[in-house]
Amino acid sequence: MTAARVAGYGRIDRSRKLGFTFDGRTHLGHPGDTLASALLADDVMLMGRSYKYHRPRGPVTAGSEEPNALVGVDRGPGRYTPNLRATTIEIHDGLKAESQNHFPSLKWDFGAVNDMMSPLFAAGFYYKTFMWPKSFWRRVYEPVIRQAAGLGRPPKAADPDLYADRYAHCDVLVVGAGAAGLAAAEAAAISGAKVMLVDEQAEPGGALLAEIRVEIDDAPAQGWLAARLAALNARANVTVLARTTAIGLYHQNLVGLVQRLTDHLAEPPEGAPRERLWRVRAKQVVLAQGAIERPLVFDGNDRPGVMLADAARTYLTRYGVRVGAKPVVVTAHDWAWGAAVEMARAGASPVVVDARDTVSSALLAEAQALGVEALTGWTVTATHGRLRVKGVTANPVRGAHVGAGRRLPADAVLMSGGWTPTLHLHSHVGSPIAWAAEREAFLPAQTAKGVRVAGAGAGAETWADALGEGAQAGAAAAADAGFDAAARVYAVSEGLKPTGRRMKEMASHLPSSRQRAFVDFQNDVTAKDIRLAVQEGFRSIEHVKRYTTSGMATDQGKLSNINALTIAADALDKEPPQVGLTTFRPPYTPTTFGALAGHAKGKLFQPTRRTPIDPWAEANGAVFEPVSQWRRAWWFPRKGESMHEAVLRECAATRERVGLFDASTLGKIEVVGPDAAEFLERIYTNPWRKLGVGRCRYGLMLGEDGFIRDDGVIGRVAEDRFHVTTTTGGAPRVLAHMEDYLQTEFTDLRVWLTSVTEQWAVIALNGPRARDVIAPFVEGQDLAPEAFPHMSLAECRVCGVPARLMRVSFTGELGFEVNVPARHGRAVWEALWAEAQKHDGLAYGTETMHVLRAEKGYIIVGQDTDGTVTPDDAGIGWAVGKAKADFVGKRSLARPDLIARGRKQLVGLAVEGATPLEEGMQLVDDPAQPVPMTCVGHVTSSYRSAALGRPIALALVENGRARMGETLHAPDPALGPGGARSAVICSPVFYDPEGARLDA
Amino acid sequence: MARFSARALIANALTGNRGWTPHWPDAEPKAAYDVVVVGAGAHGLGAAYYLAKEHGLTNVAVIDKGWLGGGNTGRNTTIIRSNYLYDESARLYDHSVKLWENLSQELNYNVMFSQRGVMMLAHSVHDVQSFRRHISANRANGVDNEWLTPAQAQAYCPPLSIAPDARYPVMGAALQRRGGVARHDAVAWGYARGAAERGVDIIQNCPVLAIRRDAQGRVEGVDTAKGFIRAKKVAVSAAGHSSVLMESAGVRMPLESYPLQALVSEPIKPVFPCVTMSNSVHAYISQSDKGELVIGAGTDAYTSYTQRGGLHILEHTLAAICEIFPVFSRLRMLRSWGGIVDVTPDRSPILGLTPVAGLFVNCGWGTGGFKATPGAAHVLAHTVATGAPHPINAPFTLERFTTGRLIDEAAAAAVAH
Repeated sequence: MTAARVAGYGRIDRSRKLGFTFDGRTHLGHPGDTLASALLADDVMLMGRSYKYHRPRGPVTAGSEEPNALVGVDRGPGRYTPNLRATTIEIHDGLKAESQNHFPSLKWDFGAVNDMMSPLFAAGFYYKTFMWPKSFWRRVYEPVIRQAAGLGRPPKAADPDLYADRYAHCDVLVVGAGAAGLAAAEAAAISGAKVMLVDEQAEPGGALLAEIRVEIDDAPAQGWLAARLAALNARANVTVLARTTAIGLYHQNLVGLVQRLTDHLAEPPEGAPRERLWRVRAKQVVLAQGAIERPLVFDGNDRPGVMLADAARTYLTRYGVRVGAKPVVVTAHDWAWGAAVEMARAGASPVVVDARDTVSSALLAEAQALGVEALTGWTVTATHGRLRVKGVTANPVRGAHVGAGRRLPADAVLMSGGWTPTLHLHSHVGSPIAWAAEREAFLPAQTAKGVRVAGAGAGAETWADALGEGAQAGAAAAADAGFDAAARVYAVSEGLKPTGRRMKEMASHLPSSRQRAFVDFQNDVTAKDIRLAVQEGFRSIEHVKRYTTSGMATDQGKLSNINALTIAADALDKEPPQVGLTTFRPPYTPTTFGALAGHAKGKLFQPTRRTPIDPWAEANGAVFEPVSQWRRAWWFPRKGESMHEAVLRECAATRERVGLFDASTLGKIEVVGPDAAEFLERIYTNPWRKLGVGRCRYGLMLGEDGFIRDDGVIGRVAEDRFHVTTTTGGAPRVLAHMEDYLQTEFTDLRVWLTSVTEQWAVIALNGPRARDVIAPFVEGQDLAPEAFPHMSLAECRVCGVPARLMRVSFTGELGFEVNVPARHGRAVWEALWAEAQKHDGLAYGTETMHVLRAEKGYIIVGQDTDGTVTPDDAGIGWAVGKAKADFVGKRSLARPDLIARGRKQLVGLAVEGATPLEEGMQLVDDPAQPVPMTCVGHVTSSYRSAALGRPIALALVENGRARMGETLHAPDPALGPGGARSAVICSPVFYDPEGARLDA
Repeated sequence: MARFSARALIANALTGNRGWTPHWPDAEPKAAYDVVVVGAGAHGLGAAYYLAKEHGLTNVAVIDKGWLGGGNTGRNTTIIRSNYLYDESARLYDHSVKLWENLSQELNYNVMFSQRGVMMLAHSVHDVQSFRRHISANRANGVDNEWLTPAQAQAYCPPLSIAPDARYPVMGAALQRRGGVARHDAVAWGYARGAAERGVDIIQNCPVLAIRRDAQGRVEGVDTAKGFIRAKKVAVSAAGHSSVLMESAGVRMPLESYPLQALVSEPIKPVFPCVTMSNSVHAYISQSDKGELVIGAGTDAYTSYTQRGGLHILEHTLAAICEIFPVFSRLRMLRSWGGIVDVTPDRSPILGLTPVAGLFVNCGWGTGGFKATPGAAHVLAHTVATGAPHPINAPFTLERFTTGRLIDEAAAAAVAH
């Protein structure tokens, strides 16, 4: 046993034991443990395999920056999550974790053969090979590469969990509840500002959770922390959220937070959401994200047991786990000496190897007092062991000379290359960073409006600085949010400010090509890969990253970026700021899709819009089709009927007697104001000024480009009030289009627009008996043909409720559309339905509607038009007011190509054969021509016509109106090679061309 | 420059990889060039490559304000397909797919073009009509595209949910088997290496400030951060920043620039064998050879030059992904980013001549320019070298916005009724 739990240390609750499994083996831990700390306590160091070479790996860190110790956690079907960091998983009873990316086992992995071939697999090797023979890429190389790549296994079942989301506003949002964040939150909170303090860890405190030597305000750090947190939690104006990661900073201080709600619970409450996404709009943001310790780059620095010095200290002081009895501390920074001292106090016998020639005498004295051997001006040139480090070779360095090695036994290697301030969120909004030469680090150069960076992220190196700068940032933030705030000063007992030196690879007698010195642990990028990239001309750090994949692993370069930069800069003979860093991108740590999707799942993904008559349709057996966000009754089958049979029956009944149709999904916009007519005059192609009150007109809307965008019947309810209808799917676009013009182009017009789509239920009655069905229910309007002719509108009462009654038709039959307030829709429908029964009428769905309108050659925008069709193309040039001074699209209609010959025009097709053409079929003159064929048009609509007893189609055909009677062909592969259907061009009005039935 | 081969790889492996040389040398600008290409994305580098290789023009510089391949080339989701509706588009994009099929061998650089198939899901009767029209038109143009039933779609893409009671049930799909993905960086690097090998200067970190015209109005060069560079011809291939550059030459472009986002998941073992797109639900997704799910998100509603977008766009995208692929809900977003897309009124590119003598342009690709890289570069080179458009890019003029001869692929997919 080399790694073990030791008495007297840690925040874990030793009075309780929690049982969990790792790769099927049972372990025990305590509340407060992470998976990594509990495994280390059981002397399990090997936790994963690397991505490319499948090298054995143990944890390097004790936090969310962990690149190596990635595991899958199984919480049952659909709840498996791969690639989680053992260093952040809170253990609970029954936790089931498994290692990944190996076959057959973590200890014996065939994939490790890659490691032996690593000279072949240098950076970018795959760009240089796998090209011969050509067909092998698809059939051999890529499948093999894909199988070897990837980390964890994908989940197999749908995720059954719920996710919540919410919005919040606050005066000051503090990201990071370490020393600086706590001080910032406290300063802001005392001022009365509404404060949110968030932290990714299971408990707030940050690095203070592992601090056991320092006193703040004369209290031990742990006690001080508990008292401050209690005080903050007691305040009504403060919200403290743990297990909450600020994933990104967005425009105008919008911060995305993801809160993990149940992952730490052995038995999550039934139905509780698993995670919650917060979108916080903060007046002021204080970023106190701390700093991350840097690894050192030396041969074998990835062996299990090699970890960051502060991680080892944290395992000891926070979790009570001593990671080794004989640790070798390899460092170029004072910080690691603290770890060595702490390990010595806990009974280990550390040796310190410091790359620096001179180290402060205080450090040396403290080490000496504890019997810690110190080798300054030494390097480490190798580590030994396979699945666990067993020793290191340390060598003295004199100038450029590396002396003979001395083998040191080691069961852990603790390394420290100094600290990298965490500036991810700062950078998300594009705020610049600048190289601080004296600190050898990038620090914030200029922060975004309302954003401050405090603590180690801003360069603080002592507790006193972190607390002081945090308090100042918090007070300033509160002041900028309008509160009277002041920063206080904290008294801290601590030693000297630690210093250190930034390192490239550590000195070695071996050439770089013979070392395996890792920069990006997970992606297996070594120092020599970085140098090779530079050698091959990849001089931008972004190119180095992309060519080597350094910084592209799941820690996104948190550990590797500065080392990669330092080595690349050395290879380029440049200074770090001349090379620069790659851009930080959200999220800060990987974020589940489910959390971002939130409640928008299943039926709530996008609520299905249903009409007031929808329940009736469902009760009466309708088959529904999705139409934009709505579902619409498609057809009403009777027992055993096919769609075809049902539609023929519905069509016939409507043409011969009467049919009811739920038209409630049509978009409806109330256009009101003294300039309403003028507004429509400009928006639609038709003239509107002279339309009388009580009259309707077909309205045609173009885009600026002169092509048809929407259509619908518009009725004039009063001099200053129009009832505008749109297509079902077009309603939001039409309203946006209108508002856009009203607000930017027609600012002189006094007009107001209101979407009333869902205020009115609309029932269309069509057929020769339509008047007979509706008449008994209408009060206040004479329905006689002379009193209420085609294209009339009346405000009246139907079934005793206020209604807008329109006499319009989309079928070519006598037609009425009854608009009643939505809440009365179903009752009115049922009353009309009952009456229709007396006339042997029925309800029909959208399919019948389509057939009936196609028989009349009425277009459906979006089906018979596609955004390239002018009014003339569609055969409705009559709807364009020739005398109008202007309307949207008028100028475009005069463009050369829009009036050129040869445009596609809407025609009918008399189809040969008994089955309809397929919608979308291309039309050609010569079906025997070779590919690519010259197409002259395509079928836009195609149905079986009940009235005609044969299939009909509408089509857009070049010069179609001049080609009446000519035969076209539709190639149809279903008829075999070269097979085609035939059809003769005809008028698009197949039925009642005189329109006599409309005026019945 | 050394040829890449398995032999070279082994030889280098045995000698510490010391034999590899720069893929392209960093060049300092000369005083004058026959052609200056502005923008060292794969489109611009490709144009320089074909100018050198096919037209013998080697006194060529490609100039970029940053690192090559750092714009939309390195930010897109790498989807390649040619199943476009209109003849003009189908010819352009299929020209490109045909070049993709040999690009690794042509460049001696593995761009990992993977023809794993691009499948587009139909969720409504309108989608079905639209896709069938596409399939029929593609077939007439010799472009492969076929209709799949929901069951066939799921067989092709196992994580797909085809539950009939889904909010937007899958009613079928259109599959182009020749479609797929490629390694985006490698395309830029391969073209850069090929162009540099033939004498093209690649000048990075050198912002072009303006395009200069002489007294007769003809292009005479570009003002850059490193001074004036004379050029007989200038080809602008600058994606989201094209309109700003063209404005400096006095040409107002019908372009709007928007941030478009994309994201990747953490790497997982192979689970997703193809590219799947859903226009109605607004999701498109594939899995990289590295194992990351590569997911395209939408554009922000407002124009911008910031290479980042709003959080809500990612939320909508991932809700859509989880809706169609419920098994992906526990996967995690590793990284999201934005690029600037330049969008024309008809969503088709502008590719070829401009009203200014000696000035050429390749822009307006909107959200889909990567797939066109080899084809667009190839015909742009032809246009620059000969002074006249190739038949394939002849329809993609700037004048079409005056004459009205639009190529409106977006409208073809419009949903109304």
